[in-house]
Parts: sequence; C-alpha cells; structure tokens
Amino acid sequence: MPRKTSTLRFLAQTILLLFWPAMTVWASDPKGSSSNGTNIFAPASTPAKSIADLSVFVLVITGIIFVVVLTLLLYSVIKFRGRATDAGREPAQVYGSTQIEVAWTIIPILVVVVLFLATARVIHAIQDAPEPAGTLDVIAIGHQYWWEFRYPKLGIVTANELHIPVSDPSHPTPTFVQLLSADTDHSFWVPELAGKTDLIPNHPNRMWMDPQRTGVFLGQCAQYCGTQHAKMLLRVSVDGPEDFAAWVRAQQNLAVEDTGAIAGKRVFESNACMNCHAVAGTAADGRFGPDLTHLMSRTTIGAGAAKNTHDNLRLWIQDPSAIKPGSLMPAMKLSDADLDAVVSYMETLR
Amino acid sequence: MVSNAIPIPGTQIEARPWVDELHQWVTTVDHKRLGILYIASALMFLAIGGVEALIIRIQLMRPHNDFVSPEVFNRMFTMHGTTMIFFVAMPVLFGFANYLVPLMIGARDMAFPRLNAFSFWLSFLGGLLLYFSFVGGSGLYGAGSAPDVGWWSYAPLGARAFSPGHSSDYWTLALLVSGFGSIGTAINIIATILCLRCPGMKINRMPLLVWMNLVMAGMVLLAITPLSAAQIMLLIDRYLGGHFFDTQAGGSAVLWMHFFWIFGHPEVYVLIIPCFAFTSEIIPVFSRKPIFGYPVMVAATVCIAFVSMSVWAHHMFTIGMNSYANSFFTLTTMAVGVPTGIKIFNWIGTMWGGRIQFKTAMLFSIAFLFQFLIAGLTGIMMAASPFDWQLSLSYFVVAHFHYVIVGGILFALFAAFYYWYPKMTGRMLSERLGKLHFWLFLIGFHMTFDVMHIPGILGMPRRIYTYEPGRGWDTLNFIITIGAFIQALAILVFLANLVISYVKGARAGNDPWDAWTLEWSISSPPPAYNFATVPTVASRRPLWDLKHPEDPDSRYE
Repeated sequence: MPRKTSTLRFLAQTILLLFWPAMTVWASDPKGSSSNGTNIFAPASTPAKSIADLSVFVLVITGIIFVVVLTLLLYSVIKFRGRATDAGREPAQVYGSTQIEVAWTIIPILVVVVLFLATARVIHAIQDAPEPAGTLDVIAIGHQYWWEFRYPKLGIVTANELHIPVSDPSHPTPTFVQLLSADTDHSFWVPELAGKTDLIPNHPNRMWMDPQRTGVFLGQCAQYCGTQHAKMLLRVSVDGPEDFAAWVRAQQNLAVEDTGAIAGKRVFESNACMNCHAVAGTAADGRFGPDLTHLMSRTTIGAGAAKNTHDNLRLWIQDPSAIKPGSLMPAMKLSDADLDAVVSYMETLR
Repeated sequence: MVSNAIPIPGTQIEARPWVDELHQWVTTVDHKRLGILYIASALMFLAIGGVEALIIRIQLMRPHNDFVSPEVFNRMFTMHGTTMIFFVAMPVLFGFANYLVPLMIGARDMAFPRLNAFSFWLSFLGGLLLYFSFVGGSGLYGAGSAPDVGWWSYAPLGARAFSPGHSSDYWTLALLVSGFGSIGTAINIIATILCLRCPGMKINRMPLLVWMNLVMAGMVLLAITPLSAAQIMLLIDRYLGGHFFDTQAGGSAVLWMHFFWIFGHPEVYVLIIPCFAFTSEIIPVFSRKPIFGYPVMVAATVCIAFVSMSVWAHHMFTIGMNSYANSFFTLTTMAVGVPTGIKIFNWIGTMWGGRIQFKTAMLFSIAFLFQFLIAGLTGIMMAASPFDWQLSLSYFVVAHFHYVIVGGILFALFAAFYYWYPKMTGRMLSERLGKLHFWLFLIGFHMTFDVMHIPGILGMPRRIYTYEPGRGWDTLNFIITIGAFIQALAILVFLANLVISYVKGARAGNDPWDAWTLEWSISSPPPAYNFATVPTVASRRPLWDLKHPEDPDSRYE
C-alpha cells in the first residue's frame, strides 16, 4: 500500500521537524562563549534561566502527550484502514464507553494541575522577587522608535544602549527597570536576560535581570509600535564592576567642550537639532530625541539601525530615512559645509 | 425518504439571461444560495489575503530585503490578519452553517430568511469597506492607503495622534458593519436550531454539526458585542473627543486590550468549533462508525465555550498584570486543554475499530487531527505564562496561531469542501486533483509553519519588516517563504478543482458517501424547498435507520 508508507514517512519527518528546534537549541548552547545571540534557551540571568527551566519541563510533558496521542492516531489510521475484502460490510457500531471517557478526562486534569503548579511557582519567583540592597534602578522609556534610559540615582540619561553591572550570585547586584512609554506601546525584550514586558503609556511596568556573565546582549522592541518597529533595536552591555563604574563616571560628565568643533556646535544650536536633542552643559536640552551628550560612547546610531561610524553619522544627519525610513527625525537639508561641521561636532561628544 | 422534486413555477426554467440569474442571486433569501454566496465571497477574500501573505513572505525572504517599504509591509500584515479572520474564516464558516444547519435538522429554510440575506450583505459590505481604504484612506485626493495599525489596532496606535487620516476608520467601520452581520447570523442560527427541527429531532438527536454551530452562534453573541462596543468607543475617541483609549488625555491602553481580547479569544473558538463540527461529521462517515461518545462531545463543546470566555488575558501576559492574574489565566487556559483533548480522543475512538476510507475529505480530517494536536500543545506551552513572556509577540506565536488557523481551521474546511461540494453542486470534486491539493498543501504547510517556530525561539519578533543578518534567522525565513509559495500553488489546484469539477465532475447523486444525516436524503443540489415532505427522525442517524431496518440506531438510544 504505497499511500500508507508515504503517510508514515511524512509523519516521521514531521516528528523530527518538531523536535528539531529543541535539538538545535541545546546543541548550540553557548555557555561561556562571549558572543551573545537572542536564543531563549541560552539564558544568562535568573529570570531567563528559570523560564528556560520551566520551558524544558513543559516541553517534556507536552512531548510525552504528543508521542502518546500520535501513536494512538497512527495506530488507528493504519490498523483500521478499509480493505478491499470489506466489500460493503459495516464494522461493529460502537457508540461510546463511560469508563474510557472518564479515564481520558481525569488524566488530562491531573496533567493540567501539575503544569499549573510548576508554572505558578515560576510566576511568583520572577514577578514577586524582592529588591536586594545592591539593586541598580533604571527607567526605560519607549519612544517611536528608540529607547531612553535614565539612571535616577546616578544622574545619567542615555539612549538605546543600556549598561548594567554583572551580578555575582553570592552578592547579587540586579537591575530593576521601570518601564514607561512616551507614545505608543512597546515591549522590552532581551531574550537571554529576561522575558519581555510591555511599555504602555499610563501603565508603568517593572522588570528585572541579574546577568551573570559580561558581554553585549541583543534584543529589540517586541510590541508593534509603528512604522519603524523593526529597527527599534536594543543592546544591553553587561559590564564588570570596574568597567561599569568607569562608564558611570564618564557618563556623569558634561559634554566635552572642544574649541575645534565650535562651528558645528553653532550649526547644531542654530538649527532645529537642539529642539529635540540634549547635550548636557550646553543650551541644547530637547527631550524628543536621544540625548547626545556622550554619543560617541555608543556603538550604534538610530536605535541600532547602523554602526556609529563617520559615514553613517553623516548620512543619518543628512537623511535619516536613507537608513531608517519612517524615523521621526527629519532630514535637516544642511549644506555640505554645515553637515561636515555638525558631524565633527558630534564626534567630539565622547 | 425518497425526494420527489416538485417543479415550482419560475425556478425550473432553463437558460435564463445572465442578468436574471444575477438578479436571482442578489435578491435571494434561500439559505442555500446565501451559504454559497458567503463561501464564494470568502474564497475571493482568501485569494486577496493570500497575496498579502506572499508579499509579506517575499519581503522577509532575506535580511535587509527591500521588496516593499516598511509602510507597505505594515499595511500588508494588518490587512492580511483582518481579512483572513473577519472576511475569510467567519464568512466561510457562516456559509457552511447556513447551508447545512437547515438541511440537517429537516427544515425548509433558516428561521429569518430576510435577516439572513441582510446579514450576508452587511458582512460583504464590511469587506468592501475595508478594501475601500486603499482608495479612500487618506481622504478624497486619491493617494489612499490601507490601515497599518495591526489587526488588533492596539491603543494608542489607533488614536488620531498616531493614525491620522481615515485608513483606520475604514478598519473600524468594516469590523463594526460585519460585526452586526455576524450577530444577525448568530441569532438566526440559534432561532433556526431551537425552533425549526423536524418531528422526532430532539435536542439530543441533533447531528453534532448542528450542536456545535448552536454553541458557536451563542459565542458569537457574547464575543462580537464587546468588539462592536469597543469600535464605537474608538470612533467616539477619534471624532467626538472621547478619551476611552486616548492615553495622552488619561485614557487606558489596557482597556482596549481587554475589550479586544475578550472578543479575540472566544473568536478563536467561534472559528474552530464549526471545524470540530465538520470533523465530527466526516470522520464517522469515512470510518463507517457513529461518533464515539456523542454526549461527551456535546458536553466538551459547551465546556470549551464556557471556559474560553475566561481565558482572554492570556494574550496579555506581557502587559504587566500581577502574579495572581497571570496565575489565574494560566490555569483557565490550560483547563481548556482538557475538553479539547477529550474531543481528540473521541475522534480517535471513532476511527478505532472502523474501516477507514481515505477519501480526500478524510485525509484532510486526519491531518487536521494531527495539526490540531500540535497547535494545542504549543498552546499549552504559551499558557505557561513565564514561557509566554519569551514566546509571546515572537514568530513562535505566529507559528502557533497559523497552526490553529491553517493547520486546524483551513484543513477542516478543505475536508468540508470535499465532503459537501457534491451536495451543493451535484458534482463530485476530482479525487486526483484533491489528493494533489492535499499533499502539496500539507508539504507547504509544514515547511512554512513547522520551521516558523524556530526563529521565535531564537528571538525574532513578529511584525518586523526586516531584520539583521547573523542571528540565525536567515535560512529559516528563506525556507518559510518557499513553503508559502507551495501552499499558494496548492490553493490554485484547489480553485481549479472547484471550477473543473463543476463542469466535468462525475454526477454525485443523492448520497455519494453512504452517509447518515438528513441532507443526503434529498437530491444534489437540493431543491429550493429542501424537503418535499418534512422528514421524521427516530435517532441521531436517520439514514442509517433507513438503510439498516434490521438494526436501527433508534433501538439503542
């Protein structure tokens, strides 16, 4: 019966396909590796780790259910296929069985109870976690299409690239992030550090993470927020204690006054730039766009849309939509001389 | 129960001019013609929504692709979602309900034929309004655009500040107008089932399809009304200075989410329960056995309806509800798995000990069982709310609900097409083309949606028009796009089958499948009045009783 064998083959392939994600995920577990991706099964922080553990538990239970039900289905399809010898005779007409119905009602109820209890424990552990003494507080504000980060106790305002300290499990220094939105809904998602939490206007939220290895962790906005939702990328730099302290000291400084870039500064302050952007220590105090005081300390521009290089910066100021169509920053239509001047001014903001 | 067709003056004339024919279709109040109109309009929108899906897939085929602009991409996924849910899935299911429910309960029409016609035309008008946004979205100067707010139109993205112009107003009006149509049809289905059953068809003798459509119609009343209320509130916000959802004036974005999902989750069951209904009719006939555990199937359906009304906030696990709310919705969502599991077991129990005939309709039903099982299990994964904090809003969730809607609903619908097309047209669908359609669609489906789970696990959010290379998403997205085109090819085979078989298909006769429900007792297609004499039934399978007078079901019930 060629049809039956192809049914079998297809089913075998499908089972493989279903388990493929789990297998590739475990095979590529980058424990100890320095490059970080966005794999939810490569957690580097307590919330992400307890989610991954729960996920494996749920995957195993659902995997067992899958195998059992699939076996029943396959067995009945193959065993009870119609044969030429049936010749019009009808099989025994069975209407049901109370015992069997009770059995396959009670067993799933028990499975649900087990799954629920395991889940409720993780919900409580993550959501109701107390803030220990060494906590770093950060406020993240979602904007169309970039992230504003404020460190209220440290007096720092920055954008798109969050710096937080690594947390030693024996002496935890977790980061608690208050999530706000300036416009539409966004969602803060760095898969290897924590599950996602939305940023909703008029609805402050909170999330936390305690990364246990250093490195740059990638993420992005997960809740559709408008035209450029796709390029609202997010980088979390987890620094060692000394590196983090150095970063804090550098960020707390006012902008460097470089006399060589005075022309560019004049362009910046005599055009609309300063309506939206702030540069601490100067007249520019706009808050609609990212704070530029230490722009050159960031590795990307446009919320991760491009690397922070001279050419990209120039192109961005000349026409942001060339890199990020739909970005709310207008093309400033500067002359080439003004453009070069303002780019060199930007490049002094270390 | 031999049908003796009575010629009615004016309905049997050959070769009418096409204008007359068209006029007949436009003004019809016949439940069968309205059913076919529903199905035809849904197929038209299926083609449109499918093209939108292909545009999305081409754009995502490789990183930094620039096939379409971000604006166009956002319009495409908004229109694709809205079209497929409101103008494909709901109408096509209403179409089958319209066509089959009166036939299966031995009625001559729906309870309110004119309301029936009104409801259909409202739904259709809703679809036209949605697509008019392409020309009228930005006003009258012709540079139109479609809505780009996503099919949930989350507040405040749908507010005037973020969505100026009229494109999202067309979205609102389309849902409002078609929503009234849905409510009309739901009332009609309920009234028909409660009042027009033929003698002997007690409520515990109704075919499961009728039972499940009764439950579905009840859910439509409960689910569509909050959606309509929310749309009216949104219009008040946009035009009358209201602040329900206007966060800039103290309104609540979360309120909109609650309104939308208290519609949105029951809606999933509004769509899947009629598909359970098809499966519950088709599997017994091709296994040559009655459905296993009829009373349990009914109870499970009613149970799903009740529980599914209390699970909506599992779409909102990431919005920052407290741990008690998250636990509650975790529990209710997992609990839905129990009655759903019972149904899958009962279908397997029906096949168990049967003599299964692998007609195309049965193949689609078996594939439905398999895929619905997986969709249910990934649903359990996301019911575990911490797991959902990772999976929600990612491509995993996109894969999950396409597993439900394509792997479940669409496969069951194709089974229904192959099963009832002979009744509707009098011609059999080609089994050869049908099997080609089945295998192509199966391969395309699994290529697309099995693979689509993985980028979600690897951190790819949904609704992004492009992505960075080097995150492990590139190859996967390429495979997904190829799968989408294979599915499109399969749909073309299906449409060709519908057309070719209409002209060349073998004559169906009254009862091509040797089935047991009342619609197979009359000619194919049935006459306008359905039953020349109203039948009397004594069991759940009246035609079995007729064909096996020595061993009728009525002896055991």
